[in-house]
Amino acid sequence: MNALAPQTGLLPGFNDPVADSQKMFRAVLEAMSRPGTIVTAPVLPVAPQPLNPVAAALILALADYETPLWLDPAARQPAAIDYVRFHCGCPLVEAPDQAGFALVTDAKSMPPLSAFHLGSDEYPDRSTTVIVQVPHLDGGEAWRLKGPGIRDQAILAAGQLPSAFKAWVQDNHALFPRGVDLLFAAPGQLAGLPRSTLLEG
Amino acid sequence: MSTGYNFAYLDEQTKRMLRRAILKAVAIPGYQVPFGSREMPLPYGWGTGGIQVTAAVIGADDRLKVIDQGADDTTNAVSIRRFFARTAGVATTEKTREATVIQTRHRIPETPLSEGQIMVYQVPIPEPLRWLEPRETETRKMHALADYGAMHVKLYEDIARFGHIATTYDYPVLVGGRYLMRPSPIPKFDNPKMDNSPALQLFGAGREKRIYAVPPYTSVKSLDFEDHPFEVQRWDQACALCGSTESFLDEVVTDDQGGRMYVCSDSDYCGERRQEQGQ
Amino acid sequence: MYVAVKGGEKAIDNAHALLAEDRRGDETIPELTLTQIDQQLGLAVDRVMTEGSVYDRELAALALKQAQGDAVEAIFLLRAYRTTLPRFGASQPVDTGAMAIRRRISAAFKDLPGGQVLGPTYDYTHRLLDFALAAEGAPRASVESAEAGLEPAPRVTDVLHHQGLIEPSGNGADLPGDLTRQPLNFPAGRDLRLQNLARGDEGFLLALAYSSQRGYGNTHPFAGEIRMGEVAVELVPEELGFAIDIGTITVTECQMINQFKGSKDIPPQFTRGYGLTFGQGERKAMAMALVDRSLRAEDLGEQATNPAQDQEFVLYHSDNVEASGFVQHLKLPHYVDFQSELEMIRRLRRENAEAAQ
Repeated sequence: MNALAPQTGLLPGFNDPVADSQKMFRAVLEAMSRPGTIVTAPVLPVAPQPLNPVAAALILALADYETPLWLDPAARQPAAIDYVRFHCGCPLVEAPDQAGFALVTDAKSMPPLSAFHLGSDEYPDRSTTVIVQVPHLDGGEAWRLKGPGIRDQAILAAGQLPSAFKAWVQDNHALFPRGVDLLFAAPGQLAGLPRSTLLEG
Repeated sequence: MSTGYNFAYLDEQTKRMLRRAILKAVAIPGYQVPFGSREMPLPYGWGTGGIQVTAAVIGADDRLKVIDQGADDTTNAVSIRRFFARTAGVATTEKTREATVIQTRHRIPETPLSEGQIMVYQVPIPEPLRWLEPRETETRKMHALADYGAMHVKLYEDIARFGHIATTYDYPVLVGGRYLMRPSPIPKFDNPKMDNSPALQLFGAGREKRIYAVPPYTSVKSLDFEDHPFEVQRWDQACALCGSTESFLDEVVTDDQGGRMYVCSDSDYCGERRQEQGQ
Repeated sequence: MYVAVKGGEKAIDNAHALLAEDRRGDETIPELTLTQIDQQLGLAVDRVMTEGSVYDRELAALALKQAQGDAVEAIFLLRAYRTTLPRFGASQPVDTGAMAIRRRISAAFKDLPGGQVLGPTYDYTHRLLDFALAAEGAPRASVESAEAGLEPAPRVTDVLHHQGLIEPSGNGADLPGDLTRQPLNFPAGRDLRLQNLARGDEGFLLALAYSSQRGYGNTHPFAGEIRMGEVAVELVPEELGFAIDIGTITVTECQMINQFKGSKDIPPQFTRGYGLTFGQGERKAMAMALVDRSLRAEDLGEQATNPAQDQEFVLYHSDNVEASGFVQHLKLPHYVDFQSELEMIRRLRRENAEAAQ
């Protein structure tokens, strides 16, 4: 598939789809099972504007024709749309609550977490996984995390999120077992914040 | 490594589907995520769920250990280890300490697990309420409402009848204070090892098409009552080979005159102890 | 001194070698070819294709050869192979109304357009062992005339439908679900139920269908029509946008006609039960049609109290690859769980004895 890229102007996906997908998945698994841990991204594909390479790698590793994808308005650019359509074949959806995955590239203007699919009491797994692109994972407001995957407590200080974000995360946790799961994609790094994590304070 | 099939047998779309299910399972500890279980080249009931989970997780850098009844050399463990050596070309080991991924049927190793390790349990029946309520539509509602009274009643009836909770394996646990979960048919002896384990624990039920998980450092509480606290099996004997009084022992019948001896079910643990003792 | 049993690997290799030896049998006897199995054990091939859900006579014949004729094992082999196949698309629904008919009977009408065509059937054979077959090279019986399939043969249910006497069937516009890709949820739609039944074990469906006839169910079926023959398979490639013929398959279709009282909004009309198999699978198609109708009880506002009407019971237990695996997994070691039970039972007996003293 990568051979097509030069002719169409489309950026290539993973160099080695089988191995790169597996490595990226393990990084996500580490991030989700140890909330707040900053995990180094093992592969960094060339990403279309305005995606960062980690966000692109997450989509390549996890999304396909079975997962409706919601792109925030900032990400709805031809390069990004062609990229996810070509490499993942995922249907793009307009409504955030229809999405299996959502990609937020401009966190400041994102909808509240409650706008995404929250799952049901009987099928809480059907909720959206929200990928939020951030400039860094430390140096922002420090949150103290508790819950499954965390030995005593963990600290996450993702940068440049809307001021209401912390309250959204707390409201999201209060819905447990319903709720969205968050993946933060920073340059070269990622971190996870599943619905099971409690934000203290 | 045999060619003609994809790495670790499954196609990439299937692996992505499994990986998404695993991530949801991790995010909702103890909840059973339905997944599009595939037909594997091994029979249902023989570890197809565990194999699919391992195939979704494993990479070229991993070192795989497979045990059945605690031992690396039981035929089904050998067969599964060979499957991955053949289809994924991964390194295998019998050493618990060296393994990054451990697929198991019916035991948790005696050697304590560590951070970064992944346990993959083969699960025959994932639903803890199944013997109390055969209908999936009903048990799903019970989980939604966290309505687990029926399980407490069942355990209490045991106490009334036998003076003890008579469940000895696949002993129900509450995960993260929310979901009732079957730990798979491990002896209740192993239940305490699941609680706050540093390892990630993944459970795959292929025929029943469910995946569930216990993240590291997550509370896993075996159900009990104040006046009948949970307790594990104990033996009066020590292992006849390594002398351990701490491990789960298998009874081996040596003759038909009542002769028997007890040996560790965990072959790696037992072997390591014997090596230390210079045997 | 006791030594723990070792050598699982060697035992497995030896088991496979013994199996290969058994499979081949006496080497002075000529080896079966796949063509022989396909041509001379065709109904076994048909069953393996149907329950294995792959239409490929050669692969099904290979599976049967490899499984020494064990149908369930052969079905398993074919299913495991199927899992690895890439999917290029979904075909258009096959049009059984345009079938090149080799057999077609209706128990509802004495005569109808296209006629009754008996075709190849065991129905009227007297079940007497034919010792002439035991002598190889028995002469072939010649077929007197073959007028089958010359005249258009509309489906009996279509005839009834034109008069409004039977409920409409789905129009096939929605892409059906696929339980081999997505887990089954309940209540399951009819598309998924039919897929499950088509893959389901013939013996299981036969017994369930039989139970529904004996009072464990409220069905009063007529075999509206059973037809067997060749149908075209068409695919609409994305880049073309119109249907192209990609081949021909043999199928057996059974449409059962059942009573329905009707309701306040719907006048009384007949209801349908549907069965379809690859190749010649009349027994299976009929059983499937009866069970399909039974499973529609709840949709049609009938009481669903019998096994054949119980979705979870039928759909969760119909698959012989699943059932065979789980029943036979009891062969695997359960030392640890058994040890746990032994420890408990000894303790309970000890306490019992102490209490009795």
